[in-house]
Amino acid sequence: MGIISRGFGGRRRESVPGLPPGQYLTHDFPVLSAGPTPRIPLDRWRFTVTTETGDQKSWNWTEFQALPADDVTVDIHCVTKWSKLGTTWRGVSLDTLLADVESAADYTMVHSFGGYTTNVPMEDLLDGKAWVAYKFDGEDLEPEHGGPARLLIPHLYFWKSAKWVNGVQLMTEDDPGFWEAAGYHMYGDPWREQRYQGD
Amino acid sequence: MTAPGDRAAALDGNAMAGDLREIFAVDVTSARFMCAGCTHTDAVATLMLWHQAPGLVARCPNCDDVVMRVVRAPDRVYLDLRGSVRLEVPLEGS
Repeated sequence: MGIISRGFGGRRRESVPGLPPGQYLTHDFPVLSAGPTPRIPLDRWRFTVTTETGDQKSWNWTEFQALPADDVTVDIHCVTKWSKLGTTWRGVSLDTLLADVESAADYTMVHSFGGYTTNVPMEDLLDGKAWVAYKFDGEDLEPEHGGPARLLIPHLYFWKSAKWVNGVQLMTEDDPGFWEAAGYHMYGDPWREQRYQGD
Repeated sequence: MTAPGDRAAALDGNAMAGDLREIFAVDVTSARFMCAGCTHTDAVATLMLWHQAPGLVARCPNCDDVVMRVVRAPDRVYLDLRGSVRLEVPLEGS
């Protein structure tokens, strides 16, 4: 019986090569949320980059929509163990949003409407690795999935892809965000199973 | 900016009883919290619980601020109480 079970397990992993350790494949899009879903009118939406010296650069929705955007297809991995492969998004690269920002910061805190935060190293936001996404699967991003816009940083566990994102604070030292302060890993690499502190 | 229906998904603090019993020898859901955000005080059982998340998030029924967070790892439980000024635990037999 054990031999048969190992055989099935082996075949399942072979058929899904993009799955990090400990993850299972899902075809729907589970909604996880740590609080009420904020409804942000587009005329009140604003995204702000704040440097370690307090300088700010921000965009309203109209200005943000005028920025060059990327269409990306990526795999996403939630720390609660579901993964979804080949998801399609449209968003503005953080390379664009941070292009003219004067900073020596190595760390960032991503902020959201509703008070959620998550920390991400600066280098993980740059070089085509992260976007502020506003379309999913060709449609406007629904509030339940983080609309009007969420961070998309697919190489880290999905709690780092903050829903309802409204800004990035650049920092010279690393600080834990909402889940990191409550026991989750400071970095969150799904390929190294960095789920909890100490993993 | 929260639609009225958005709060309907929350359970209440009673649903934390099992997780908290593993940490404390008393039933913490009958203890009284004081919210660090608005100083609202009531039984832990009255907190609004968001459980479809990487952990349990218990919010103040008065101001929505996070009062308690519980994260379960395979061999550990993390309890984050920064949103609570204090817990008032009734003593047996007093």
